[in-house]
Amino acid sequence: MTESHHIPPTGPGTDEPKRWLDDKANLRKLAIALFVLCAALFLADAFYVKHPVHWLEETFGFYALYAFVVGVALVLGAKLIRVFLKRDEDYYDRDG
Amino acid sequence: MTAMAELFLPLNPGIVLILAGIVAAALPANAGRWFVIAAPLVMLGYLFGVDLGTHAPIAFLDYELETFRLDALARVFGTIFLISVFLCNVFAMGDSVDRTQRAAGQIYGGSAVAAVFAGDMITLFVFFELAAVASVFLIWARGTERAYRAGMRYLIIQITAGVILLSGVLVHVAGTGSIAFDHLGLDTPGGGLILLAFAIKCAFPLLHNWLQDAYPQATVSGTVILSAFTTKMAIYALARSYAGTEMLIWMGALMAVFPILFAIIENDLRRVLAYSLNHQLGFMVVGIGIGTELALNGAISHAFASVLYQGLLFMTMGAVLFRTGTVNASELGGLYKSMPWTAGFCLVGAASISSMPLLAGFVTKSMTLTATAGEGYWFVWLALVLASAGAFLHSGIKVPYFAFFGADSGKRPKEAPLPMLVAMGLTSALCLGIGVYPQALYALLPFPVEYVAYSTYHVINQLQLLAFAALAVVMLMLAGVYPANFRSINLDTDWFYRRAAKATFLAIGRLIDRAYGWATSALIRLIGAFISLCRGEFGPLGVMGGTTRVGSGVAWISALLLLGLIVAYGAS
Repeated sequence: MTESHHIPPTGPGTDEPKRWLDDKANLRKLAIALFVLCAALFLADAFYVKHPVHWLEETFGFYALYAFVVGVALVLGAKLIRVFLKRDEDYYDRDG
Repeated sequence: MTAMAELFLPLNPGIVLILAGIVAAALPANAGRWFVIAAPLVMLGYLFGVDLGTHAPIAFLDYELETFRLDALARVFGTIFLISVFLCNVFAMGDSVDRTQRAAGQIYGGSAVAAVFAGDMITLFVFFELAAVASVFLIWARGTERAYRAGMRYLIIQITAGVILLSGVLVHVAGTGSIAFDHLGLDTPGGGLILLAFAIKCAFPLLHNWLQDAYPQATVSGTVILSAFTTKMAIYALARSYAGTEMLIWMGALMAVFPILFAIIENDLRRVLAYSLNHQLGFMVVGIGIGTELALNGAISHAFASVLYQGLLFMTMGAVLFRTGTVNASELGGLYKSMPWTAGFCLVGAASISSMPLLAGFVTKSMTLTATAGEGYWFVWLALVLASAGAFLHSGIKVPYFAFFGADSGKRPKEAPLPMLVAMGLTSALCLGIGVYPQALYALLPFPVEYVAYSTYHVINQLQLLAFAALAVVMLMLAGVYPANFRSINLDTDWFYRRAAKATFLAIGRLIDRAYGWATSALIRLIGAFISLCRGEFGPLGVMGGTTRVGSGVAWISALLLLGLIVAYGAS
């Protein structure tokens, strides 16, 4: 069952340099950058000419709100179906 | 001799590629590797040197086989298939590929190319089947028990689809007398059967699970090759023969949405990509169902782009599997530290599939969305916008995040081998190239393109969609409700044949076994009773078979003589 051609990964060395992403403060900066970007894009809705093919598209911030709502719904929906569908990794390898 | 040559020339480039695969199998390993890199490039040049039109018709029984029909629709698919064969072969140079696998890859890719250039349904059927048989070797080459079984299931389903296609073709020929592979629709004789065959190959909802079952079991480079052809051949076939079939709009919308849920909770990242591939096909099927020039252009260019970025994503996960021996999200994380190039290329693929502006997905998928809204299918349009946000969730964020970033797994594998990096780099460049200069792809499409992808509102709307989908994920992660990765699997429709059908047949088998046991033991008892009855009558102690003493025999004879004497006396 094992792959014969891979080189076994080595562990992190003690002298490994610390990366920018390893710092929790930088992760917070990234999250804040995303919040700022979202706010800017949401407000951008006031500054361009829309070409709606459907009345929903005329709603202020439609794409932003819709994406957020369906994003949350899809992730939670997936989590919900996993309750019913999750099985052990060797489920099909066993007899029965 | 010249007449013979003229009969078959110009040859279908797919047939040449199949022959090249056979030659490659005979060549020494190193020569074989370079040979299969050169072959698709030469064929690509050749393809653009041949005039549009039908070439090399061959008389077969009462029919004329059009072995090489070159029109704009076939040429787009032929082009992307040849590019894909080339990129896959470059990638495979870094993988430990044996000659069987190398030959199978060429024959599979060659069959896909040959099938799109087939002008009649008999030629189409032959190459569809050849593709199915050749491709299973890419799964079996993995050499594991799971791969062997998954390959068997894959082959059975593919051949079943082939048999259904053949039945449809026979019904069609009996009803119309024509073997031409052009627009069919559902109303033509055999139309339903042919559509069903394409629907299986295209992984329609409930017919889809062969894809997620088999593709993740193939070899490192095998999965990359598999991702390109079978389903896109089906997209080509549907675009050719079922454009404007309304049922496809609804099927496609369903197909674009439901695999997202499975992709979000799947642990095997190559299986996540298989669900993602399935969901991308949904957009194309919607476009074909709508069937306007804009929608078909959208579906076809999206197929073109998705072969590239889906292939790119499978390459990056293949490289991860090659270096670490696993692609389970639960065992990965932090690989960007030692595989920065692979991580970078994965981000390009992820951004492309998420339709980030300046990349291939943005300039192609949006045509289908515009056409859907334009034709008034606003419910389907809402589903497709939802699916666009979903693509970003599973392939845009999940795959790169859990493999290369996220919680550090402590694994520090080497960077991917150079040929793999070259293949990923070239594919990334093509994704970027199409995104920046879509006119090159638009020029290949069957209908003239008036569509402008880079309009202010379109760019802003897409960025809003992506930023807020990302916001949703970040908020859910911060709230601690984002689903964790477990070493587990999720049931899908394969449960019906791997568990339910198996259990049913085993139960039937046990029932037959028990009934047989009961019947035989009853029969044995019956025969036993008969034998002991016979023993009683005819056995050594029985009346009929037993021996008696001589004296009693003499007494009986005397009695009989006496009786005879009395009768004779009485009669006289």
